Amino acid sequence: MAQYRKERLDRPIKARCEDIFALTSMREILYLIFPRALLIVGVLIFPLLKGVVGLYWEKVLVITCVIGLLSLSWDLMAQVGLISLGQAFFFGVGAYITGILNHKFSLPPFVTIPLGTIGGGIVSTLFLLPALRARGVYFSILTLIIPLLLSRLIEATKIFGGTEGLSGLTPFQNFWIETYLPIFALLVCLFGFRRLINSDYGLIVQGVRDNDRIVMSIGINIYKIKAHILFISSLVGAFAGSFITHYYRFVGLPAFALDYSILPLACAILGGPGSFAGALVGSFILVPLSEVLRVLGSLRVVFYSLILAVCILSLPEGIFHYIQRKYHQFERIVEI
Amino acid sequence: MWGNVLVYGVINSATFILLTLGFSIVFGISRIANFAYGAFYLSAGYLTWVFLTKANLPLFLALPLTILIMGVLGFMGYWVMIYRIRGNTLSEVIATFALGVGILEFFRWMGFVTYEFSLPFLKKGTIEIVGIPLDYQRLLIVLIAGGLLAFLYFYTHHTRIGRAFRAIAQNERTAISLGINSDFIGALSFSLGTAVTAIAAVTVLPLGIITINIGYEVLLTAMAVGIIGGLESIIGIVIASFILGFAQVLAAIYIAPHWSIVVILASILGVLLVRPSGIFGKYKELEERV
Amino acid sequence: MANVILKVANLCKYFGGVVGIEEVSFELKEGELLGIIGPNGAGKTTLINLITGFVKADKGKVIFKGRDITNLPPWKIAQLGIVRTFQLVKPFYRLPAYKNLVVALCSPRVKTFRGGKYGKRDETALNLLEDVGFERDSAVPYKQASDLPHGYLKRLELARCLALRPEVLILDELFSGMSIAELGSTLPIIKRFKEEGKGVIMVEHRLKELFEVADRVIVLNFGKIIAEGTTYEILENEDVRSAYLGAEEEEAINA
Repeated sequence: MAQYRKERLDRPIKARCEDIFALTSMREILYLIFPRALLIVGVLIFPLLKGVVGLYWEKVLVITCVIGLLSLSWDLMAQVGLISLGQAFFFGVGAYITGILNHKFSLPPFVTIPLGTIGGGIVSTLFLLPALRARGVYFSILTLIIPLLLSRLIEATKIFGGTEGLSGLTPFQNFWIETYLPIFALLVCLFGFRRLINSDYGLIVQGVRDNDRIVMSIGINIYKIKAHILFISSLVGAFAGSFITHYYRFVGLPAFALDYSILPLACAILGGPGSFAGALVGSFILVPLSEVLRVLGSLRVVFYSLILAVCILSLPEGIFHYIQRKYHQFERIVEI
Repeated sequence: MWGNVLVYGVINSATFILLTLGFSIVFGISRIANFAYGAFYLSAGYLTWVFLTKANLPLFLALPLTILIMGVLGFMGYWVMIYRIRGNTLSEVIATFALGVGILEFFRWMGFVTYEFSLPFLKKGTIEIVGIPLDYQRLLIVLIAGGLLAFLYFYTHHTRIGRAFRAIAQNERTAISLGINSDFIGALSFSLGTAVTAIAAVTVLPLGIITINIGYEVLLTAMAVGIIGGLESIIGIVIASFILGFAQVLAAIYIAPHWSIVVILASILGVLLVRPSGIFGKYKELEERV
Repeated sequence: MANVILKVANLCKYFGGVVGIEEVSFELKEGELLGIIGPNGAGKTTLINLITGFVKADKGKVIFKGRDITNLPPWKIAQLGIVRTFQLVKPFYRLPAYKNLVVALCSPRVKTFRGGKYGKRDETALNLLEDVGFERDSAVPYKQASDLPHGYLKRLELARCLALRPEVLILDELFSGMSIAELGSTLPIIKRFKEEGKGVIMVEHRLKELFEVADRVIVLNFGKIIAEGTTYEILENEDVRSAYLGAEEEEAINA
């Protein structure tokens, strides 16, 4: 009579070597690719379903991608040990540069967005460079207060449109561009960052976070590494801001709002800091959720804070790792 | 004219000192940046208001009660937020930040924003100093700031717990090996910090109406002053408060009122470029950790 | 006559009112192994920190191959070729042993050797580990650093330094906690390094093993050099004896 036992789905793969997957069958390849493919294909197809789900949800997708970009940039900085409480800073600087270029000089989006991205990256990096040498928590404090201070500055001195901001900016002419641009940016960043962290350079980056004493003693300037990562993250954040400026056709004080700092943070922590895919998962959960809960007003922020607190206190590895672990623990019945 | 500058400068500085002390005490002793500071500040204000209007308690009862309760809340706050994650910077920052924002936005949602929310002056009336009319409340700010500083100095130098505070602040490991319970002292430092925050709140809030944004403002101010003067150094806080206090007054009088923000921003940037740990900051980059 | 490769002149460091290092001067020649000994708190690690840039000197100079390197940042000094180990060993705990070395091989200093012996980093890392005594074909090089016993971690420290092909190797109490067998595989490496014409400085408490390899020894006490010379001269020195054994004991013996 046939006998059965339970066996993990990834057993053939795992049994061969610790963390290098030697793939020998189509089934194993599919097993590994499936979740990733699902996400990517899903995201890529979604805009094509415009007719089915309606424009509203397409907008939600765009916002999700933008917040996802901010979460990714937060996650990258966290890998080198810089904990930012102010993604809104990069976001706002990029947004304002783009807005001003469009408003004052009437430059079209495909010029203002790159300029806003690069300019925003440079400006915010320069601002934060001095903080890299100070104690770690100083960096966090600075990222928190600088956007708040800047928005008060703009409000008080009425520059850049003051409280009303700059409106009536050029829109994207094409639905496909304005929906696929953030999606592509998101995917590029996701894979780019993962590649970066898994490379030897990524080892150094995490080394700076875990044990900067050794990194210094082997001849690497830790501040240069931190500056690199800060610059890359700020580029991504500034891009998000630049894009939104043309998407909403408006830039104003809300660009520096705390929301743009807290929500990406919550997404990244929920998904699990360290795994960039986690930041994405977090965004795809929290942002649509927050749209649905829009009626609750301020209570939403309370909700993000609660999630943040709960995750950081009891589920520090985040959802993504948890799901990943469970996925690898799926079992099936096998005949002996 | 100079009388104006002097008087308002001193008051402004004293206000900064009061607003920063609560934050600095916690950071100086247990090295934890309490991002929920603004939330505690506002809670103290609301608590007093509730005592005064809902429970109809007289002022001289409501105030000490608030301070006491906030102290206890601070102590509990440590055990809830920090205890499990002490030492992990990422978690500490995010946990206190989440708590702070959560509480503040919760208040906002509950609608604590109308003009009814204000605390009464301790003593109405004005007095003239150097020919400048000043209301008692503002004078009180200066007196209380000075009093708190004196009290803190005495407390940390002449009482057991105070000395334990200084021990933990200087070298936590050694202090532990001498039998000082780091977690208990940490919780106590939270308690003291929150109590001082409450004192600051009930002293400064009567100057205006209570709004949610004050919670964020106060956090902003405390951090700005802390960055400039050195977060863990009381002397640094005092000096930075005076610098900022007078700079703001001068800027407001000679340039324009809203340039006070520019002053703060510029000072922060200046300090970071020259002395990243703050004027009196004690963080020695590498030496500490090798 | 070998050249002087490292020269320390009148180095001083004060911590508040406490003397860390005062007026310390010495020279290190190529192919020489200099031992630094002294009671705990004498300032040995501070001296290393001063030379390698982890601590800023209050006075004095450090000159490496004719170039003034005083108060340069630590990574710059490492890039120039002075590498050190740490007394309290803290590797990258979450990485496997060989990955610890891969990180070191990313140093700018290693890149200048590209095209030489250094091929792909993983391969080079494994070779280096084998050189310091990690069993090649076992699982040991792949174990997470947090799972490795102390002796292995010490040798990992040494391997990390050797990965950078330094000119001057500074070892801070490398031998502490190592077993006789581990020492047996480590001492020849140090000797070989010295014979290549490089300089070595070793701070040690295990004097027997140190004296096997040291050419000269400096004795520190309370931040100052109290004796300098060959190992024999040091052992005979009165001041050294009283520093280690205590003056009262001396009087008791002589009484």
